[in-house]
Amino acid sequence: MALPTYTTTGQKIGYYGFLAYCAMVFFFLIAPIFIIVPLSFNQSPFFGFTEGMLRLDPDAFSLRWYEQMLGICREDAIITTVCTNKWMLGTVNSFIIGISATILATTLGTVAALGLSRPHMPFKGAIMALLISPMIVPLIITAAGVFFFYAKMGLIGTYTGLILAHTALGTPFVVITVTATLTGFDTNLIRASQSLGGDQIRTFFKVIMPLILPGVISGALFAFITSFDEVVVVLFLGSVEQVTIPRQMWAGIRQEISPVILCMATCLVILSIFLLTTVELLRRRSERLRGIRR
Amino acid sequence: MNQSAKSEILTTDGIPLKISLKRAERLNKIRAFALVLPLALFIIITFAFPILSMLLRSVDDKQINTVFPKTFEVYKQWDRKDLPPEELYASMFHEILSAEKLQIGKASTRMNYSKSGWKSLLKKSKRKFKKIKEGPYKEQMIKADKRWGQIEFWKALGEMVDPITFGYYLNAVDLKYDSDKNVIQQPENRRVYNSTWIKTLKVSVLVTLFTLLLGYPVAYLLATLPLKLSNLLMIFVLLPFWTSLLVRTVSWIVILMQKGIFNSILVWGGVIADENRMQLIYNQTGTLIAMTQILLPFMVLPLYSVMKTIPPTYMRAALNLGAKPMHAFYRVYFPQSVPGISAGGLLVFVLAIGYFITPALVGGKDGQLIGHWIAYHLKTSLNWGLCSALGGILLVVMLVLYWVYNKVVGIENIKLG
Repeated sequence: MALPTYTTTGQKIGYYGFLAYCAMVFFFLIAPIFIIVPLSFNQSPFFGFTEGMLRLDPDAFSLRWYEQMLGICREDAIITTVCTNKWMLGTVNSFIIGISATILATTLGTVAALGLSRPHMPFKGAIMALLISPMIVPLIITAAGVFFFYAKMGLIGTYTGLILAHTALGTPFVVITVTATLTGFDTNLIRASQSLGGDQIRTFFKVIMPLILPGVISGALFAFITSFDEVVVVLFLGSVEQVTIPRQMWAGIRQEISPVILCMATCLVILSIFLLTTVELLRRRSERLRGIRR
Repeated sequence: MNQSAKSEILTTDGIPLKISLKRAERLNKIRAFALVLPLALFIIITFAFPILSMLLRSVDDKQINTVFPKTFEVYKQWDRKDLPPEELYASMFHEILSAEKLQIGKASTRMNYSKSGWKSLLKKSKRKFKKIKEGPYKEQMIKADKRWGQIEFWKALGEMVDPITFGYYLNAVDLKYDSDKNVIQQPENRRVYNSTWIKTLKVSVLVTLFTLLLGYPVAYLLATLPLKLSNLLMIFVLLPFWTSLLVRTVSWIVILMQKGIFNSILVWGGVIADENRMQLIYNQTGTLIAMTQILLPFMVLPLYSVMKTIPPTYMRAALNLGAKPMHAFYRVYFPQSVPGISAGGLLVFVLAIGYFITPALVGGKDGQLIGHWIAYHLKTSLNWGLCSALGGILLVVMLVLYWVYNKVVGIENIKLG
């Protein structure tokens, strides 16, 4: 954005000051995320840049913490931290719980969003408020309420319990994204399909589904990341068996601060970049499909 | 012909159109409802019901009344000036002996909240009372443990006589019942919650303010830049939004530690001496810095979506009419962006007030918010009534704020990504 020729010096200074301020805020937002990446390749077990690293000495870098994360314990390694396979166990658990919760949440959420978007839906506001409530209530309250209830049902420390709780937390995101895709949905397309002889199921899979698919997938990704990143509920409902990545990180920060945490954090940053790109591409595709943007 | 058209329009199968339409509409309503029903039921069972029953738990004092039903009946007649009469001792004696061990344990935990010492007293009594064969019981009970002869212990039971209590809510704001169910303040050394509530509000207000100060210019820049460039810069806002909360918390620990990056840069630059590195983490400062960065995207996104709808021509018109840039901004642009400020502000405030993970990890001792106490009573002290009461108050605050949010922005206008 070039400044017009008539701007005064004062205005120019003001404008560049404003740009510098914004650049600082962007730095504040993004720097903490990337600062951990080089640190995860640290040779020493400390959380800071060593002199060797600053000199870009290849000996100062190593993959030893990544090996530990993968559960490979070298015998000659200096024993500074406990080498466990908990990180890999956590990864498997996180994916099991995350994917199950995502499938449940996406199915329930998509069907509900289809109902909510119908013009004849009664009590729309109240129902919407109920469906979105898991997103609104602070996690600590959810965890407490669900803890008491699950204790009665014998679901504490089970995978079922965690999956059900994470499903409830993920559904609002699916409902919101799919409802958003359905606004401006041309209902004539459904009538056209039916008049051409398509039954309900065929119409759904051949006409409705392709159009709302981008919304469904981004909703599913939101639900997945919600479950994948969730730690409060896992802390209270999970037993020792249900170690997930965030829970292991939580334990890692509180007990033995080891650079393995940084390795896992780096992997999670890569995952978030991947998810962000996918959601962004899907959003553009959806807008193009619905004719909002060409 | 003319007459019938005047009275009613019929469909081809002879049913009046009005009725036929109504029927079709009802069918549509049922269909729409049937689609929503599975999720609605799921949320009610696994989410809404547990939270409601938690709220019931916060006023529930039934358990103790089922263990000592007769004792509390007799208790109500006691004048609470001198030691209780023999009748009260006798009923207490019999009910301690006849109750199951587990029930006694639960009841004594409850009694311990009102006066510590009850738990051990009951445990000991349950064992010793077996030797007492017959009454009168008063003397023998006091002989078994002299605490039975102390009026404070008896008085402490006074707040439990009703099956429904607001005692936990009073505890949650540093008040309590005395033995006559008058509301009094907690003793000084047990007042912890009011200061935490105030701290929670203070931190939430500050975080909202900081995110506004940092987020407003950025949202303005994003809304005024050409779309291609702003989409690119948007990644800076969206990537943190998608990155794990724990990752961002870990990074702040790495940056703000005493031996961390920020302090090291300051030492290297000669701003501070090596021996007085700043304590930026494990205190309230750490909580504030980390929470501001974590919640900043929630401020920028609503602001951006509002600013995007403000036509840039308005500012140009104001400048054209001779306004100074600052003046034009303040009088023309700013008022139109206020809906974005209230939306983002409320969202950040609501999220901040219930935060638990980040303060727990970077807050140290004085950076803990109210979520810390909820977790503490849930998992460590097992005072579930108080835990529920704290949660209940927090929930009411949230609901009021969301009601405001709904009035200002509309809950269905929440946008993601």
